[in-house]
Amino acid sequence: MKTEESYLEEVTASEYKYGFYTDIEADKVPPGLNEDVIKLISAKKNEPEWMTEWRLDAYRKFLKMTEPKWPNVSYPEPDLQAISYYSAPKRKKELESLDEVDPELLKTFEKLGISLEEQKRLSGVAMDVVVDSVSVKTTFKEKLGELGIIFCSMSEAIQEHPDLVRKYLGTVVPKSDNYYAALNSAVFTDGSFCYIPKGVRCPMELSTYFRINEAGTGQFERTLVVADEGSYVSYLEGCTAPQRDENQLHAAVVELVALDDAEIKYSTVQNWYPGNKEGKGGVYNFVTKRGMCERNAKISWTQVETGSAVTWKYPSCILKGENSVGEFYSVAVTNNFQQADTGTKMIHLGKNTKSTIISKGICAGKSNGSYRGLVKIGPRAQDARNFSQCDSLLMGSSCGSHTFPYIETQNKSAKVEHEATTSKIGEDQIFYCNQRGIGEEEAIALIVNGYCKDVLNQLPMEFAVEAQKLLAISLEGSVG
Amino acid sequence: MLKINNLQAGIEGKQILKGIDLEVKPGEVHAIMGPNGSGKSTLSSVIAGREDYEVSAGNIDFEGEDLLDLDADERAHKGIFLSFQYPVEIPGVTVTNFIKTAINETRKARGEEPMPANIMLKKMREKMGLLEIDNTFLSRSLNEGFSGGEKKRNEIFQMAMLEPKLAILDETDSGLDIDALRIVANGVNKLKSKDNAIIVITHYQRLLDYIVPDFVHVLHKGKIVKSGDKNLAMELEERGYDWLKEGVEA
Repeated sequence: MKTEESYLEEVTASEYKYGFYTDIEADKVPPGLNEDVIKLISAKKNEPEWMTEWRLDAYRKFLKMTEPKWPNVSYPEPDLQAISYYSAPKRKKELESLDEVDPELLKTFEKLGISLEEQKRLSGVAMDVVVDSVSVKTTFKEKLGELGIIFCSMSEAIQEHPDLVRKYLGTVVPKSDNYYAALNSAVFTDGSFCYIPKGVRCPMELSTYFRINEAGTGQFERTLVVADEGSYVSYLEGCTAPQRDENQLHAAVVELVALDDAEIKYSTVQNWYPGNKEGKGGVYNFVTKRGMCERNAKISWTQVETGSAVTWKYPSCILKGENSVGEFYSVAVTNNFQQADTGTKMIHLGKNTKSTIISKGICAGKSNGSYRGLVKIGPRAQDARNFSQCDSLLMGSSCGSHTFPYIETQNKSAKVEHEATTSKIGEDQIFYCNQRGIGEEEAIALIVNGYCKDVLNQLPMEFAVEAQKLLAISLEGSVG
Repeated sequence: MLKINNLQAGIEGKQILKGIDLEVKPGEVHAIMGPNGSGKSTLSSVIAGREDYEVSAGNIDFEGEDLLDLDADERAHKGIFLSFQYPVEIPGVTVTNFIKTAINETRKARGEEPMPANIMLKKMREKMGLLEIDNTFLSRSLNEGFSGGEKKRNEIFQMAMLEPKLAILDETDSGLDIDALRIVANGVNKLKSKDNAIIVITHYQRLLDYIVPDFVHVLHKGKIVKSGDKNLAMELEERGYDWLKEGVEA
């Protein structure tokens, strides 16, 4: 007879399904980090001098910083000198259609079930595909161009739209913000840039699929989204990575700028390789994501995090302008030996600013999940409001769930609410489902999806379906 | 349809059922009565396939197959339904979604296509009428914040949707006021046919005024100590269980 323990172990023990490796020839610099490497990256990308100087300045700041130790995670410190900081697929000629895309790459997307063809046909999503740091293909660009929307790789933006990049890059996440943000500023190789002009409502979801591909290549993505006054954009970011034995470092920076009356919705599904069942391998995901809201602006972060061996990530909002709104909806799943310390910061500076935090943690196996959130109300943030709800769902009894809510208020008129619950998937719930003809795996998927509903409802339809699939895959034995 | 032979079962090393024999034929309604701790709920859990219980002897034959070889969900696919005494809550999962999943998983197991949405909806409307359930019910989270009566009504609603061959109603009357009891019982009666069977587990005669049993069995200390027709239930109501207990212990 199965005990609850052995049963949960069985259904939560799922091999990483997306573990494969695409064999594309890569043009790669030797491992190591120094000013020459940074100059080399900048030169390879044919960057203007101000950009090279910007990187070097970041590097010098980085040298004076140390890795943060406050997150509730433990891991061997990555050897930054062992990483190769630049890797690009060799065939770099301009691609006009999918036929020209490396067939190996197309196969990779097919394995993921997100082939470009399918994406293009089904969802009308414009995609900027980043494989190993260089954008291979940008679709729908022309249509967006008619509206004045710029959606391209960061490298291209630096070449084609230097004024915009120079004006906003590093304004939300300064070079010296934290250790990994400084490192990213020095060595980022590519990423996405998006600009929505005044009053324009972007007619489609903008989407990027990131993949970490070449062995031993740290990936340092840089994303900048600028929504000009009165504009709207919904941006999707999704990732999976091939199976690897050594740890891979990923230290991305995402900056969002929402000017007066603008709205940015930023959704992420993250499924990088979490390491094997013994806790070997997996991606280190140390990300800085932050948005700046001007007057009446709104930024909404939605994330479904199922991957990576170690995660620390706090998509945040600076509510600078009056009446601005920040939202954070998160599902974070940890299984086996995964560790995640994630949450958000809502910094209320302007009057009548509002924020909502809905965080749903799911812990299984021997994993550890932490919610860490800061709600800060500045002295001028008259009548600021915050509502936070942090729930944890535990599966089995070898995992850990932790909540670290911080609240700092400097204005007496503020209203801050915090609710938290912890629950366990009960044998009773599973038996009840079984009795109605719903098998064990399907039952867990049903219960977990119900638990995450408030967050999944925030995702655009096609992304929500993918997210539900991911939740099922990360928590179940043989689904799919 | 159902033939239980010398069933012995327990939990955590403690034997609760000490040799149960019971035969249920299509079209029949059986009532199982007995004092607290006599093993009534254990019997329903063992038939439904709850894994906490260990079966040490005997077998349960259901239409020529030994149920003990099957998992709980497989038993459900064969047409066994248990109306829970304490239905569980599943937050965020609507009644509609739950029933849809249950029906389609069962159909999948039987090699059938999923039920088309319009047919499912039509069926739901029809069964809701039967149990006097209003529309808002469907979009609520399963059993979350339901009153005792709503939970039981939801159980019978699911039974109506799943159309089982054998339904076991475990203390369906507990927590129901007299109006709800009447509605639930009427619902059950309308679902009765010559092809399906019902086992009603209850402490009291009350429910049996509405769902009239063909057979009444008294369970005591893990054994059926007396069987009879509906008059036995009346007698129990008048005399209590003690006279039967004495008989066994003597």
